[in-house]
Amino acid sequence: MGNLTLLFHQPVLNLQLLIDGILVGAIFAFVAYGMALVWGVMNIINVAQGEFVVLGGYVVFFLAQAGVYPLLAVPAAAILIAIVAWGLYRAVIFRVVDKDPFNSILATFGLSILIQQLANQLFGSDVRTVESGVGSLLLAGGMVTISGIKLVAFIGTLVLGLVLVLVLQKSRLGQAIRATAQNARAARILGVDADRVYAATFAINGAICGAAGGLVAMTWIIHPYLGLTYTIRSFMIVIAAGLGNLAGVVFAGTGLGVAENYAGFVMGAEYQAAFVFSLLVVILVGRNLRLLRKREYLK
Amino acid sequence: MAALLEVRDASKRFGGVVANKNISLSVPAAGIVGLIGPNGSGKTTLFKSIVGYHPIDSGSITFEGREVSHLRVAQIARLGVIRTFQQTRIYGKMTFMQNMQISVPHRHEGLRSMFSKFSREVQEQAESLLEFVGLRSKCFLPAGELSFGQQKLLELAMAMMNRPKMLLLDEPTAGINPTLINDLIARLKRANADFGITLLVIEHNLRVIMNLVQHVYCLAHGELLADGPPEAIQNDQSVINAYLGAR
Amino acid sequence: MTKPFRQPAIYAGIGVIVLVAPWVAPSIVTQMAFLWLMVVFALTWDIMGGQMGYNSFGNILFFGVGAYVCAVVQRDSGLRYSSALALGAALAATAATVVAAILGPAVLALRGHYFAIATLGLGIAAADIAAGWHYIGAASGIVTPLFPGAIGDRGRFFYYLLFLVAAFAFSTLRWLYRTRFGLAINAIRDDEEKAEAMGIHTTRYKTAAWCISALFLGLAGAVAGNLAGFIDPHEFAFAGSSYGVWMILMAILGGRGTLWGPVIGAMVFHVTQELFWTYLLGWQRVAMGLFILLVVVFFPTGIVGWFQQSWSRRLGCAAGGLTPDVPSGQTGD
Repeated sequence: MGNLTLLFHQPVLNLQLLIDGILVGAIFAFVAYGMALVWGVMNIINVAQGEFVVLGGYVVFFLAQAGVYPLLAVPAAAILIAIVAWGLYRAVIFRVVDKDPFNSILATFGLSILIQQLANQLFGSDVRTVESGVGSLLLAGGMVTISGIKLVAFIGTLVLGLVLVLVLQKSRLGQAIRATAQNARAARILGVDADRVYAATFAINGAICGAAGGLVAMTWIIHPYLGLTYTIRSFMIVIAAGLGNLAGVVFAGTGLGVAENYAGFVMGAEYQAAFVFSLLVVILVGRNLRLLRKREYLK
Repeated sequence: MAALLEVRDASKRFGGVVANKNISLSVPAAGIVGLIGPNGSGKTTLFKSIVGYHPIDSGSITFEGREVSHLRVAQIARLGVIRTFQQTRIYGKMTFMQNMQISVPHRHEGLRSMFSKFSREVQEQAESLLEFVGLRSKCFLPAGELSFGQQKLLELAMAMMNRPKMLLLDEPTAGINPTLINDLIARLKRANADFGITLLVIEHNLRVIMNLVQHVYCLAHGELLADGPPEAIQNDQSVINAYLGAR
Repeated sequence: MTKPFRQPAIYAGIGVIVLVAPWVAPSIVTQMAFLWLMVVFALTWDIMGGQMGYNSFGNILFFGVGAYVCAVVQRDSGLRYSSALALGAALAATAATVVAAILGPAVLALRGHYFAIATLGLGIAAADIAAGWHYIGAASGIVTPLFPGAIGDRGRFFYYLLFLVAAFAFSTLRWLYRTRFGLAINAIRDDEEKAEAMGIHTTRYKTAAWCISALFLGLAGAVAGNLAGFIDPHEFAFAGSSYGVWMILMAILGGRGTLWGPVIGAMVFHVTQELFWTYLLGWQRVAMGLFILLVVVFFPTGIVGWFQQSWSRRLGCAAGGLTPDVPSGQTGD
């Protein structure tokens, strides 16, 4: 708790935490958007979301080891994980799309365990990171350090996010996706093949996670058990923002990033994850209780 | 006769849409009252307000003289106000008998009653009510696997098992084979006459209304359009216009 | 729904096998003891997920609370082994139940996905908080006291003790499911809004169900913690990704919402797992992950569920038909 007083004595520290929070929050928001997409279109909560991110990270890690320039490896990761996601949809996910929602949670949970253990077995449990070779920016007379790669990742996320939104708004596939999300039956009558839309949506989510994972590997670390925290974060952001609320996702993601940074600083890194999960419970219970006053509840 | 249920100036809006505006109605004890109106007239909203599904914005709803508009669904149910659902809701994976057993009144629920077994009395009562609605035999299939018509009858039996003072029926004849509607009307009348249950019925089927109820309230565009005995309402020009003109 | 004549024979048969097993196969007595723990896991999860429809991903919370409370009592009470264990176990069950009673009304107000994920968060947060709390050993955990007896006796002692916990849980649930409580939680599962509309005190029943789960989990945690000899916050007490997930899987594998389903599921699962560990060493966790995925996707009704479906189809509806007939003398006006 001595760190807490430090925040008051050295106000510039707040700037550091804030900036770091925003930079990492963008990635959280991006991954959350993918989860919201799958949730809104297919009514599936992808508990393996974090695992897709981790896989993306490993792709970039291994490509970087093979000599590929890390930033170029990110699109490769996006494409690869999109293909993996598409394959998983065709093999497994399609069976749980229109059924009891719990089955889809459990199926994706099983999937996440499988991927996690495979990653552990194949890649080892060591923590990996990718050297990007980008330097750091110094602000405020050297008191605030902005890691160059985090800035690059931030910009990358914004660009990718913009591309995604444009694709969803303008392209035919995007329109088909949005139509299916609103009313699958009506969309089907109008000639939209729901199955193809689902596969495409799941693949797009894969691409999102793959790219995000690559950025995460460059800016922080990757290891097989990192997935669950990303899944929980995405879920929290989606709950806080509400489905279909892009601005909300951005704000919530950024907010979470900042909150996590502060928590990690004040309480210590070991408690950062506990903070995330406890916050999740508090947000869920709180929102639900507020709804209960109006005799509604989180649906 | 004293009013069992009294709604005074109830209003409810959803966002910008005013679903109910200053609606007042009164259901006398042991009476049978109907609520009609074209689609979108606000009947369902009013119905839901009465059973406690959502709060009302203004006005008052009293049952047996006591204000209930701030109470939750389960609390209102325990006061003796039971509703049926338009889509017919029963406990799909439980058997008929189990559906009936769990429908006993839950007015006073302490640890002892929560963990008690159901008595033979309950079983006999369930059997007689099942017979009353016309479901003769015992069946061990999950209730959800039976036909819609049978489920509807089960739902009615369950409602009566709860020994309600008042039953709110949401389109009780919807989806029922027309040849069986008379049957259902007869049973509802018996429920009212023999068991003393007050009825408030939402209905689209005007024949049912004419045959069943003693007093009709007609809603249109969220407001009370007219009310009176069935014959008067049937011939009321504004009611006819509301139905014909409804888009 | 079991045929009456089956019951005494089945129970007697099982009883004999259970009692005799540690003497017949002493080398695997610890694994057999863990089997009873798995049975408790599956049964307690099934109350929530199978019978009541509240799929909890965080029931492990109560197991961990029980394990830690007992271990702390044993460490600090200064009593002899058996008294300390007895007291610890009693307090463990109580503490776990109290936690459920306190968290229940707020957390159980959440439904569906939200409840599932919230409980997931609870379980994981508990692990991290425990790992940072020095009073209970932080990340190093707590070592439970040494069993004061011969080496051979230890395994048998915990085998019988865990069996007793499992038997206690099973018989309690068997009785419970025949009471009003049993039907109430089924009603909540089948249609909670309908249950509310019929006046059922849903919050009370939901919280009671969680408390009952918690009680047995806490008890099991206390005993299992002593069997394991060492309570680690992540790998044992709040082992969400192993025990926490297995609970769910075993109940589903055996048949959710049935009394014997979780028991059978636990047995099949445990044996499968031991086989994987023995023959697929290195890849056993991957195999487990794949197994979980396959069961969930292809076998959601489970073993007992499959049997019950074919049974009730054969039994069908008793003679007399079910068409609503017009009661004689009652014609509509």
